[in-house]
Parts: sequence; C-alpha cells; structure tokens
Amino acid sequence: MTENKKHFFFEHYGLSNQDLEKYLAAALSAGGDYADIYFEYLSSTSLSVDESMVKSASQGISAGCGVRVVSGERTGYAYTDDLTPARILHAARTAALIASAPAKTTVTGFQQKPARSLYPVTLPSVDAEITAKVELLMRADRTARAFDSRIKEVRASYADELRTILIVGSDGTFAEDSQPLARMNVSCIAKTETVSGRGTSGGGGRIALDFFMGEKNPEHFAKEASRQAILQLDAREAPAGDMEVVLGPGWPGVLLHEAVGHGLEADFNRKKTSAFAGLIGKRVASEKCTVVDNGTMPWRRGSLNVDDEGQPTQETVLIENGILKGYLSDKLSSKLMGLADTGNGRRESYAHIPMPRMTNTYMLAGQDNPEDIIRSVKNGIYAVNFGGGQVDITNGKFVFSASEAYLIENGQVTAPIKGATLIGNGPDVLTRVSMVGNDLKLDEGVGTCGKDGQAVPVGVGIPTLKVDRLTVGGTARRETGGYMQ
Amino acid sequence: MTTTLGTTQQATDLKSLATDVVRRAMQGGATAAECVAREGDEFSTVVRLGQVETLKEAGSRSVGVRVFFGQRAASTYSSDFSPAGIERMLKSALELAKITSEDPFSGIPEAGKLGSLPGDLDLYHEDVYSLAGAERIDYARRAEKAALDSDPRIKNSEGGSFDAATGRKVLANSHGFVGEYQRSYCSVSAVPIAQDDAGNMQRDYWYSVARSLAKLDPAEQVGKEAARRTLRRLGARKAKTAHVPVILDPMVATSMLEHIFEGVNGDSVYRGASFLAGKLGEQIAGGNITVIDDGTIVGGFGTSPFDGEGIPTRRTVVIENGILKSYLLNTYTAKKLGLETTANASRGLAGTPGIGPGNYFLQAGKKSPEQIIGDIKDGLYVTEFLGMGVNLVTGDYSRGASGQWIVNGELAYPVEEITVAGNLKDIFKNISEIGSDLEFRGSVASPTIRIDGLTVGGE
Repeated sequence: MTENKKHFFFEHYGLSNQDLEKYLAAALSAGGDYADIYFEYLSSTSLSVDESMVKSASQGISAGCGVRVVSGERTGYAYTDDLTPARILHAARTAALIASAPAKTTVTGFQQKPARSLYPVTLPSVDAEITAKVELLMRADRTARAFDSRIKEVRASYADELRTILIVGSDGTFAEDSQPLARMNVSCIAKTETVSGRGTSGGGGRIALDFFMGEKNPEHFAKEASRQAILQLDAREAPAGDMEVVLGPGWPGVLLHEAVGHGLEADFNRKKTSAFAGLIGKRVASEKCTVVDNGTMPWRRGSLNVDDEGQPTQETVLIENGILKGYLSDKLSSKLMGLADTGNGRRESYAHIPMPRMTNTYMLAGQDNPEDIIRSVKNGIYAVNFGGGQVDITNGKFVFSASEAYLIENGQVTAPIKGATLIGNGPDVLTRVSMVGNDLKLDEGVGTCGKDGQAVPVGVGIPTLKVDRLTVGGTARRETGGYMQ
Repeated sequence: MTTTLGTTQQATDLKSLATDVVRRAMQGGATAAECVAREGDEFSTVVRLGQVETLKEAGSRSVGVRVFFGQRAASTYSSDFSPAGIERMLKSALELAKITSEDPFSGIPEAGKLGSLPGDLDLYHEDVYSLAGAERIDYARRAEKAALDSDPRIKNSEGGSFDAATGRKVLANSHGFVGEYQRSYCSVSAVPIAQDDAGNMQRDYWYSVARSLAKLDPAEQVGKEAARRTLRRLGARKAKTAHVPVILDPMVATSMLEHIFEGVNGDSVYRGASFLAGKLGEQIAGGNITVIDDGTIVGGFGTSPFDGEGIPTRRTVVIENGILKSYLLNTYTAKKLGLETTANASRGLAGTPGIGPGNYFLQAGKKSPEQIIGDIKDGLYVTEFLGMGVNLVTGDYSRGASGQWIVNGELAYPVEEITVAGNLKDIFKNISEIGSDLEFRGSVASPTIRIDGLTVGGE
C-alpha cells in the first residue's frame, strides 16, 4: 500500500496504518482467528414531490465503524459512531471478548487489492445540484398528470447516497471503495367513480445524475406508472389454483431471488437450514435453466467493486443447465465450509455483521421466442410486474405478488387481472420451467433485499419463462377448472 | 462480555444539544424549528446448537433538525456531534429549505397543543442490563436447549437469542417545548428446525418481549412453545382450492389490524390512497369490531408521553361497533383533512413526520381460540402469512399462507403453499368471531379472529 495516496478516512479522521494495526491488535487481544474493521461514511439525500409540491427534502450524514472478531464459528461485534481512537479501541476490545485464548500475533502491513471501477462517476449524484433533482421529480409529476385525466394522485420520490468505506482485516485486507447509488420512483393512483388502480415504476443504479437524462428519464418512469394504474381500472379478479404461468422478462426475476437465491446463500447451507443443503451436483432445475449471481456488472444497483469484507465481487454460477453448482459465500462461510469466497459478504451498514447476500441474480437467455411461449399456453396467466416476494428458506416455500398480470386464453394474452399472489416451492419450481425466452432483461434498478433485518440493494433479471405449474392465489371462481366449492 | 453498558454515550446532554440546535436554527433565519436527539445502547447474542454464534454490543446516537422558512420545510440529520458536524447539519437544513414548496398546511403544532403526559409511564427499567454477560448468553442457550430437548425430531436450530436495548429521546421545538423519555426493551427467542423421516424441514419461532427483565417469560417456556409451533408444521401438504372459513391466530391477525391502520392513516386518507378514505361515520366492519389506539397505557410497547411532534399521546377509538370513528393523524394530515391531530406523529431523524401507532388493538371477544376452532367443520387455521399482496387503494388482498386444516372442529393436519385472497372491505365485515386471547407482544395486538368468505388457493 502506498502511504502517499490520499485515503478518505486517513485524511478526514487522522487514521494511519499504525492506528489500524493497533486497533486490529486490540481486536485479537483475546485470541480469535480473524478480525476486521469496517469504516463507513454515508452521505444521503431524499426528496419527494406530492400534490405537485416539493413537500419533503432531507439530507444527512452518518459515519461509524464496526469491529468484528471471528473465533471458530463465533463472531463478536461492536460498533461506534464516534470515530475517535478511544472509541474505536473500546469497540475493538468489546468485540475481542468473543474469544478466550492468548493474543494472536498482530497484523503488520496491508495488501491493497488492485482497484476496479464498476461505477466511475466524476460527480456523485449526492453532490449534484439539488435543483436538478427537484426538476426530475417535477417532470415526472407533469408527465403522469398529463397521461390521462383519470390519474388523480402522483407521488414522485428521489433518493441518492454516497457510501465511502474502508475495510481492513487481520489477513492483510485493505480495501477502499466509494459507492454511489441513486434511485427515482413514481407512483400513481388512477380513479373513476367506481374503481381505482395504482401503478409504480422506478429505476436507478450506481450511477450519476445524468443517467436520468437518457432513456430512463422521468417521463419514462411516469408513463410506465400511469399506464399500470390505468390498466388496473379494467382488471378482473385473478383466478385461484394451480396453472401454467408465463413470467415476463426483467423484474419478475424476483422469482429467482426468492425461489433459489436465498436458499443458496452459504450460511444457510453451512448450518443445513436450507432446503437446498446437500444438493450440489444434483438436478434442481430443468436443463434450460442457468442461473448466475454477478456483482461485476457496471453501474448496476447490486454491483460492488469489493464486497463489505473487502473481497472483489465476481460472477458465480449457481445453477448450470439445471445442475446446482455453488453457493454464495462470505469469509466466514468459505473458511468453515472450505469453499472459495465468492465476494458475497455484505452488510447494511457499520452497525451490522456481514453475511452472504446476493448481488445481481439472473437467468441466462434461452432459445425460445417469447411469442411462442405465450402461444403454447392454453389456460394460464402472464405476469409481467411484481411488488415483492418472500421465502421461508427452511422449507423452500416462496411467494411473490403480481402487480400487473393478464389471463392467457388459448395462446392469447387477454384480460388484465388484479394482483395475484404466486406461491411455489424453491427446489421444485425451476424443474417446471419448460421454456426459456431469448430476451433476458435485468430490472430497472429498484430492488432492496431484506435478510435478518438487514436491507441491501440488489438486482434481478430473467428472460420470458414458462413455468408449467404454479399456484395462483386469486378470488375468481374458475369455470373451466371446476375446483371451486 | 464484561464491558459496562449504558454509560459510554451519556456524556452529551441531549437536552442542551437539542435546544441549542433549535436556537441556532432560529438565529440562522428559520421561522420555526424542531430537533430530535437520540441515543441508545444495544446488546444481542445468538446461541446456536449450544455454542455462542454472535455477540453484539454497541451504543449510538444521532440528531436531526427540521427547519421552516414560512411554509417551506426541510430536514437534515447527523451522527457527528462535533461542533463542526452540528454546524454543517444546520447549514444544510437552512439551505435545503429554499428548494421546497410553499405548503399552506406545513408547520409545527400550535404552542397550546404541546405537552407531555404526567407521571411515570413505566417505560424504562435498568434491569434489562442487570445480568452479567454470561447469564445473558445463558438466557439464549436455555431457550434453544428447551426447544432442542422437546422432541427428537427437532434436529437443528437457527438458535436462541437474547436482546436488550435502552434508548433515550429528546424533542425540542421553537415554541419552547422540550420533552424527553427513556425506554428499555429485552427479549428472548428460539428458532428450532424440525425434520421428518423424509428429510423435509420446517421452522417456526417463539419469543417473549418486555420492558423489564423481571417481566420476561422464562427462557424454557419460550423454547418449548417454539418447538410446539415447529413440530405441528411437519408433514404439511397442499390444500384444495376452496371457499372456507379462515381463522387467523393472534400473530397473523395483527396483520389485518395493520391494514386497517394503513387504511385510516391520515396520509393515505387525504391522498385518496386508502380504501377507507371518505368513510368516517360509515359501517366499515361488523358490529362486533372495536379498534382502539391508545398511546397512554402504562408500560405499553406503544406508549410514549408525547408523539413525534410534542403533543401528549391519547386514546382514540378508531372503529366502534363496526363504525369508522376516527382516522389516525399528525398535525399536517389533520390540517389537510380539517380535523384535529390524534397525536400519532411518528418522527424519525429526517423527513417530515409520519404516522405511527400507540398501543393499537382489536378489542377482545368472549370465545376461546379452541371454541372458535371447534365451531368449524371444514376450514383453515392460518399461523403464517408470506408475501405482501395487499393493495390498500382497492383493498384487494392475496397472500401466501401456511397453517393447519380444520376438520370437525379439530386441527387435523398442517398445510402450506396455499394462498388466501379476498378484499379488505369484505373481510372486515366478515369477521364472524373474535377470541378472548388479546395479548400485547408489541404495539399492535389482536386476538384470534375468524373470517368467512375468503378464497383459499391450492391445488
């Protein structure tokens, strides 16, 4: 590591290599196999336009560091939001109490990993003119209101942040990163005298503000949210029961995230609490399915130069032609399981312990023409937009809620239906994928994943997919199926 | 762990800090200002398969300010309490307020409405940190062990845990209001995993939570209950698609109450984003339904002496015998709707105040859960919902569920991978039974309820 380069925390908090070595030594003062310190300085903005007014504007700064000591399978963690030497030392000594052995030899010297640059912005959005951000929201508001006279309520919001981190570890890890993130969102309510509907659309990534000046501009999101809200006015009740389901490309990839992604996080498999435990090398999907987690895609919301343990992210094949290939791991799981560290150790903030998390998870494109996929369905639903999903990783049961879906009748997409919930079984659902489209799309950059109370930004994607059987939860009595009492 | 908690961050006098921030905001040209300052300590441990898995301990603090220039408002926050950090926070708030819109309804509450409930509300007990580190770990270990020892089919675990936390909050504003309170919290939980002969796993959990260690359920009791809930899920199958009566156990019935809360939340009401907007005085639920929000209950999980804007908390009847009596409001939404605030302002560090519950509950009925189940020939007892398929604009409701199938008044076998769907407008009118088992395990509570007329989606 070159001392003459300016390091953010060295410059702003007077830290030096010697200090870091001292803190790590304190962390290992009661033994322990490994210790690391995660320094974070987070600056953020959030704005919202409601009733065509800028009603809410806020900015904030939070900074702190978290010290972790690992001893076998045990983790001690302490954090402080006061980055003074005394407090950092106190945190290090507190975390150290997890171990009870003679002090380890201390770390001397760090190795800085070669820098990567997946999101090289010159002006982070958080530092851009606030009036430019306000203008984005006002444009979204005007577009949505002009879209259709039945659009009655419009709320547009914008949030950005710049997270500067430094991670040092007793294994010599020294990783710095500056992670921009921005997102805008438009939500609309359409109303007539008798019915109402809502629509939401948004996007972003680890991008600069000019991202919203291109194709993904406020008008794009406003029109999309408005279109969805108007569509809901004519929606029928969703059917209930098992049926063929076609998923549209892009955000419906939340299916993969819930159905297989969480179940393949290494911590659950190390503890054998996942429905996928012990299935490596086994068939868990139809041979048309290849699923990857890829943290290295430029500008994407789920991407990272290094994960929150300082390890470079990578592309990891989870399922290849239907066969389960690997797990997503962090330092702790890779060490205990004897696996490679896939760079998936992530955390919400300095106040949180890292754990294996997804980055951008998607299925590779297949051979089928999306129109042929629809045409092959006699009676089913076509789901193109989703709210969110949830999974119980122990039994693999997952659900996700369709915010835009249609009936498919005799190979034709027909009436829109109201929010249907889809429910299935993770280890099972991809074995029922019989057609995979040639139209892989990633989501627009709005995903946030929760696990153990920690939220992190992620991406998802799929091509058009046909699932031969999935349970749909609706309210309509289905004449053709005849399984209503 | 032997470090002392609760002392590391107490050096700053939060009251002086908050009043100083307000004073300096006014000096900077603001016409009104409000400051929140918070500090807290937390401890948590997870013991898995008898071994400590994680120990976490820390203290943190933060400060936020909201400033007004006439009817324009903005807010900023910081975790940096240094003079430079506070100065930067104030400066950016005053700058930021210039870009927001004139909103005729914005502002802090009138001076005459501000205040704090008198007396001891029993929200703080130092005993949550009274145990030595080893005993805290032992609490978690005992909860897990009781679960593991319950039955040989419990073969794995996500652990037992013990958590404790205390927090102090100060609110000050430019009408001279300065309020402060402290709250404590502790909990013990267990998450066992059971496995059947075929190797299929099921997980469930149980917990106890209290403001005082003395009031926490014994760890063994928590572990045993977690095991019971987990074991009864083994062998779950799918159900047939059907239209049957559905019973929600108290843990999942609270979610229905939360939907009512979102429906009467002044923010969604004035925007017309609620299926309950414009329905004050109307019958929106069965005559058996009375829903109360009460932020004043001594020792309650949703109790505080004043709300996020400095208005004394109160008791509000939301629904009385099925008739919608009141929305839940803060100052802004009350002005928008031409009503009085119900003291439900909920203030984070940044942003405009939102609306949060006090102690919010459905009044208990007379029947025991067993009697309610006993009345049903063929139906579903839901113990878990999955997913978020609720549209509060239209009331459309569709969620994943698991639980037990009821045959001839008995819980006959576990079911999973099913959905429950309907519309909230009908659901509240179709709650045909309310249990006697109301118990607060958080700020929102419901007894067991029976709902008729839902669609269960399965095979």
